[in-house]
Amino acid sequence: MSDTTITPDTPAAPSSPKREFRSLYAIDDLTRKRNAAERRFKAYGIGAILIGLFFLAVLAYSIIKEGIPAFTRTIVEVEFALTQEQFDAAEKELFKTKAYENFFIGALKTQLDESGMDVPFDEAAIERLVGKTGGTIREFFKSNPDQLGKPVEFELAASSRVDGYRNGRVTRETITDSRFLQKSDLDIVDALVEAEVIKTVFNWNFITGADSGVDNPGGAGIGASVVGSFFMMLVVLALSLPIGVAASIYLEEFAPQNRFTDLIEVNISNLAAVPSIVFGILGLAVFIQFMHLPQSAPLVGGLVLTLMTLPTIIISTRASLKAVPPSIRDAALGIGASKMQATFHHVLPLAMPGILTGTILGLAQALGETAPLLLIGMVGFVARGYPDGFIAGFTEPNSAMPAQIYTWAARADFAFYEKAWGGIIVLLVFLLTMNIIAIILRRRFERRW
Amino acid sequence: MNEMPKFEQATEMTESKISAKKVQVYYGDTHAIKDVDIEIQPRSVTAFIGPSGCGKSTFLRTLNRMNDTIDICRVQGSIKIDGEDIYDPKVDPVQLRAKVGMVFQKPNPFPKSIYDNVAYGPRIHGLARNKAQLDDIVSSSLQKAGLWDEVKDRLSEPGTGMSGGQQQRLCIARAIAVSPEVILMDEPCSALDPIATAKIEELIDELRANYTIVIVTHSMQQAARVSQRTAFFHLGVLVEEGSTDNIFTNPEDKRTQDYITGRFG
Repeated sequence: MSDTTITPDTPAAPSSPKREFRSLYAIDDLTRKRNAAERRFKAYGIGAILIGLFFLAVLAYSIIKEGIPAFTRTIVEVEFALTQEQFDAAEKELFKTKAYENFFIGALKTQLDESGMDVPFDEAAIERLVGKTGGTIREFFKSNPDQLGKPVEFELAASSRVDGYRNGRVTRETITDSRFLQKSDLDIVDALVEAEVIKTVFNWNFITGADSGVDNPGGAGIGASVVGSFFMMLVVLALSLPIGVAASIYLEEFAPQNRFTDLIEVNISNLAAVPSIVFGILGLAVFIQFMHLPQSAPLVGGLVLTLMTLPTIIISTRASLKAVPPSIRDAALGIGASKMQATFHHVLPLAMPGILTGTILGLAQALGETAPLLLIGMVGFVARGYPDGFIAGFTEPNSAMPAQIYTWAARADFAFYEKAWGGIIVLLVFLLTMNIIAIILRRRFERRW
Repeated sequence: MNEMPKFEQATEMTESKISAKKVQVYYGDTHAIKDVDIEIQPRSVTAFIGPSGCGKSTFLRTLNRMNDTIDICRVQGSIKIDGEDIYDPKVDPVQLRAKVGMVFQKPNPFPKSIYDNVAYGPRIHGLARNKAQLDDIVSSSLQKAGLWDEVKDRLSEPGTGMSGGQQQRLCIARAIAVSPEVILMDEPCSALDPIATAKIEELIDELRANYTIVIVTHSMQQAARVSQRTAFFHLGVLVEEGSTDNIFTNPEDKRTQDYITGRFG
């Protein structure tokens, strides 16, 4: 008997020769051990989940904290008017942009004086803050001559260092005086912020724009590579869904069970486990070096990712075909449907939610894949613009979202690091959307039988 | 079923609908059916009885080649329906199954509307030229299956939403809709309660006026109630076959007697 306190009226001594009376209130040692083991297991489980949640929270926090600044940008807003005479005079100069810059600095000075600020600044400091502005201004007035003489509001992108200062990435303690930024410049920035000349606005350019060169992190956007990813996904969807579903239907419903189909089955499972970089090498060798398809093109990226996605789609499709009860096939065959009619009229519609879910998850996996893109030249390519049309979208060199993120992360300028985190947020939004669509499809089309 | 013996005498004289000679069925290396010879009379109910695993369902499924779907299954011997060998290479199993319909152990309606369940067969076999004809086939099949009055107002509802007995009658209606000549039933009542079972048995009794019915059953009472002829299978061998009355009152074989008196099985 156990040593628990709750043992009312338990005969302590086994007086009865037949069977000892065992109270249900008393918990014996074996039960106690089993209960303890169960509690321990539950504790391990909860612990594992908590650790998982903790890492997820850390990940989400760091991504959001590091990535959010990529969605804002710091601008210098200056209003000034340029008269026809000033324009003509500037055009006569040898260094035309220099003349425009002088107008701009003059306007800035007046604006500051009006708001009662008194911070000394020179041309070089302004250049460090907003870069060379003359070209932008000249370009505007040359293409809009009717704006001459009217007050025009210019929104000029502040340099990435100023951006960093506003985001807390650059502080007075950490900066060293350089040709990019000096400590004294921060006073000017503070003054300009107070005068509402420097503002933080939402950076639409990050979502819609194309990549910029290494010298201009502020102008970099992920839009072009989103388009690149989109065209890649079109290729993947158009190829892997029909091929994958056809292969699975054949293997699952029609193929005889023999060594050869067993071999195919094993190889498909193995293929799903092949590292993605191997598919990259394959794509490089076959599609670019042998077939001479254009390098860095979403078409090639899509083909490589199709190879990667096919095993995933085949495996999930076969699983959902297997999950359709055989009684449905029997029912159809029993009234004289052919095997193909039974499959396409009854089995396939029932397996459809599973197939779609598997396909979307396969696509999501492909969307986030970077390694194979390294080898076909989609990484490191500076996608400076959008493709010219639908067909060009497949064949013109472009980048893809993960490749773009990798490219940014590899660049020296710290401001690109922020862009990489921002890019990860955009990528995760796409992946989450796809997974949610998969869940909705599964919920909506799930049928009972 | 008092008139049963009379009916039996009438059919005794006619030519058999299905004639099986020396049928062997193998699952891989297992010899599942050994040397089965049986003649099945048209427009009558033949019951296959026997303990679990005796091969009665396997033999039933050879009659419309449902065993073709199992890769490792081989059938030898001859099975003729109306004098034509159904395992002849010229025979397409799809056409055969339109002639020899099947009702399964577990009701298995398609997850579609009641109407579509019944209309599916006629549609794929091109039995109806237009919607009106199809409607006729559906309603007459449901009437024959004794389901029409219960479902005529809800034909568009899913067939899977009905009770088990109704589902099984829907499956029978679905089988009837392609106007087969033979209906095979594999333990059609084993998943049903006694009331639903009684309805199905009544239906089987009505259907035998137009169809040749072969039913596999675990219940000897059911065999006695619905069938005119009974075949007893044991360990893959057809032990005894004869009129139901004889089998149950005066079995020739010791094993049959032991089984129907409940000594094994």
